[in-house]
Amino acid sequence: MNNSLKLESHHLNTLFNSLKRDNYTLIAPIISNGSIIYEQVNSAEELPRGWTDEQEAATYRLKKQNDNAYFSYNVSPYSWKKFLFPPHIRLFTVESKGKSFKINSSDAPIPAYAFIGVRPCELNAIKIQDKVFNNGQYTDTVYKTRREKVFIVAVNCTQAGGTCFCVSMNTGPKAKGGFDIALTEVINEDGHFFIADPGSEKGTKLMEDIPCSTARQSEIETAERLVQTTAQNMGRSLDTNDIKKLLFASLDSPYWNDVASRCLTCANCTLVCPTCFCSTVEDITDISGEHAERWRRWDSCFTMDFARVFGGNFRPSSKGRYRQWLTHKLASWIDQFGTSGCVGCGRCITWCPVGIDITEEVKRLKNEY
Amino acid sequence: MAIKDLSEILQTHPFVNDLTEQHLQTLISCVTNVRFSEGTYIFHEGEEADKFYLIRAGRVALEIHAGKKGIIRVQTIGPGEVLGWSWLISPYRWHYDACVVEDVRALTFDGKCLRTKCETDHNFGYEMLKRFSQVLEQNLKATRMQLLDIYGS
Amino acid sequence: MVHNIDPMIPIPAHIRRVNWETEDTFTLLLEPECGNNNKFQFLPGQFNMLYAFGIGESAISISSDPFKKNTISHTIHRLGIVTNSLSQLKHGDTIGLRGPFGSGWPVENAKGMDVCIVAGGIGLAPLRPVIYSILRSRKKYRKIFLLYGARSPLDLLYRAELEQWGKFPDIHVLITADHGDSSWKGNVGVVTKLFSYIKLDGFRTTAMICGPEIMMKFTLQELQQYGVPPNQIFISMERNMKCGIGLCGHCQCGPKFVCKDGPVFPLPQVSHLLDKKEI
Repeated sequence: MNNSLKLESHHLNTLFNSLKRDNYTLIAPIISNGSIIYEQVNSAEELPRGWTDEQEAATYRLKKQNDNAYFSYNVSPYSWKKFLFPPHIRLFTVESKGKSFKINSSDAPIPAYAFIGVRPCELNAIKIQDKVFNNGQYTDTVYKTRREKVFIVAVNCTQAGGTCFCVSMNTGPKAKGGFDIALTEVINEDGHFFIADPGSEKGTKLMEDIPCSTARQSEIETAERLVQTTAQNMGRSLDTNDIKKLLFASLDSPYWNDVASRCLTCANCTLVCPTCFCSTVEDITDISGEHAERWRRWDSCFTMDFARVFGGNFRPSSKGRYRQWLTHKLASWIDQFGTSGCVGCGRCITWCPVGIDITEEVKRLKNEY
Repeated sequence: MAIKDLSEILQTHPFVNDLTEQHLQTLISCVTNVRFSEGTYIFHEGEEADKFYLIRAGRVALEIHAGKKGIIRVQTIGPGEVLGWSWLISPYRWHYDACVVEDVRALTFDGKCLRTKCETDHNFGYEMLKRFSQVLEQNLKATRMQLLDIYGS
Repeated sequence: MVHNIDPMIPIPAHIRRVNWETEDTFTLLLEPECGNNNKFQFLPGQFNMLYAFGIGESAISISSDPFKKNTISHTIHRLGIVTNSLSQLKHGDTIGLRGPFGSGWPVENAKGMDVCIVAGGIGLAPLRPVIYSILRSRKKYRKIFLLYGARSPLDLLYRAELEQWGKFPDIHVLITADHGDSSWKGNVGVVTKLFSYIKLDGFRTTAMICGPEIMMKFTLQELQQYGVPPNQIFISMERNMKCGIGLCGHCQCGPKFVCKDGPVFPLPQVSHLLDKKEI
């Protein structure tokens, strides 16, 4: 039995309004500083209608299209992780009291976010971070308290970006769960509409308030075809056969010298990556010395000090640090979390200033193997 | 002390493990049983190295005079270990002072006598070289680790 | 675990005593505020994140007797900004504490076995709780060997205790210093040299090693010669740690999070990583 609904494009904003009514803080793609990023919005009209992006290694451009599509672009340099795993957050404050002190955990209200426009690869990235931040022994409170409140409106991809390879990673272009509602945008001779698939009770309930009809089989098939075409037009591919074995057996490969000669260790790839989760902490005090705070911020395995301990550094070379990133992402991640750390979103390729391409790097490594 | 007793004593030292009876006899023909008391020196830097010692009990420290840094003990040698390899390698001079820090009982071997036997019986010579190479290798490894100053900051 | 709900938030711990072990290494005796009459419980080999007010945190292993419930101690090498700051604290001062974190030494599984403990430098600190545990159930273990090496005689930790432990029957305490002066009558040389003075029944030995990685690598070669099976060898590893709970990513060594999967590992889990550079 099919639960697919048809939502006319002019009713998209009703979905936004319903979420606002339910006290969600809406986060959706908008244009800012020449790129599409995820930010707080009030209405569907703020979406980058009629815009698309061109992505290639070290290349990102926005381009106007002659349609009114809401979602005719691919992933943003930002990922949703910045809302669930904030780049900079205070963990606690401390007040000194004579020889002792009092530690106060943060009591700032946790917003309930509605993410609108989450791509299937990004849904998978969230699923991966769910495992990272609840590792069986410990749970990250910052992540958990945000994550459990999130409402997710996924959007299936009806176009493939130049650096996309979700098909290789089995993470897209169609959302297979982990959302409250999944939308597929269709623009054709019959009009401009969305096929909406509720993926949770919350999603089903929300759709009840929104004017829509049961989708006809032909409409569903039209949407399906768009997604299938996307799958056939991936900008990149990555051969994942025996990839763990390849990486672990290549720790001493001369290939790493080659990539290290190109890599700037700028950490862009880790910042744009929707699964990278490393963080560090910083301690500060005010001028009186009576008030201290501890902050957590994103860190990257590419930074010089990442593996530094007093008396030495476990990973001083850029070669060692690039190897750590790639080996972790594609191999040891599988041992740690039962899944690859890569979802094929292509961000690390697009945003690498020197165009290092993870799919090409794996090919090179295979050639050396 | 009778040769027979010395042979028994010698065979308790790991240095001669798995040595053939014939080679054992060759060694025994050059052996003397010795004792040194705490505070005495077995040899000094620069002296002719005409002996080596298999330590049975006690402890010997190899010392080096490091100018204003004083005397530094770079290695101690204890039961089951070998003291001295300079007898085997030209110019046959000691490189350190060997100070007894705990009363020592040892077997000592006449280096000149052994060198002649090594030259005339290459099988025996090779056996000696193999065993002393191991002593050297261990010393080299230990020296490298010391150089790394692994506990330093 | 005695802790706040959030493992990232420290609890206060009050300093009851400061003992200087060597010129640059000191022991803090702490009374953690566990609340609700809870006791601070830990396994030998586990560590805490110690927080110096406004300065930062450092991962420090626990070095006290696990059966002493009201206080714990940490032996700390004064090296960086946090440990320097901790070194200035006095009786009655307060620090923050998160923990205990990480895996422990196989104190239970080693029962019925010979135990060979090999420590280098500050590496004796996380092994001290093992020695206390063994001494409490001495009859449950066979022979005990403690091989301990430090940079110089002045850098040896717990000297009075070492002497005491050596007096127990069938506990062989062997000590060496990398360099000595003429007042030092003990062994001079690296810690691995002590293996030539003991006889191990490899098959019946559980080995626990803690020290600089390179010292542990050389020690493994010695244990191998004695035929100690790799799954009876345990090593404690050091990495940069920020969270202590496997979330910040810093301490990764291959697929292992040293803070959460370690710091104590059975050798087969990490032996293939020890030979690789910059893992």
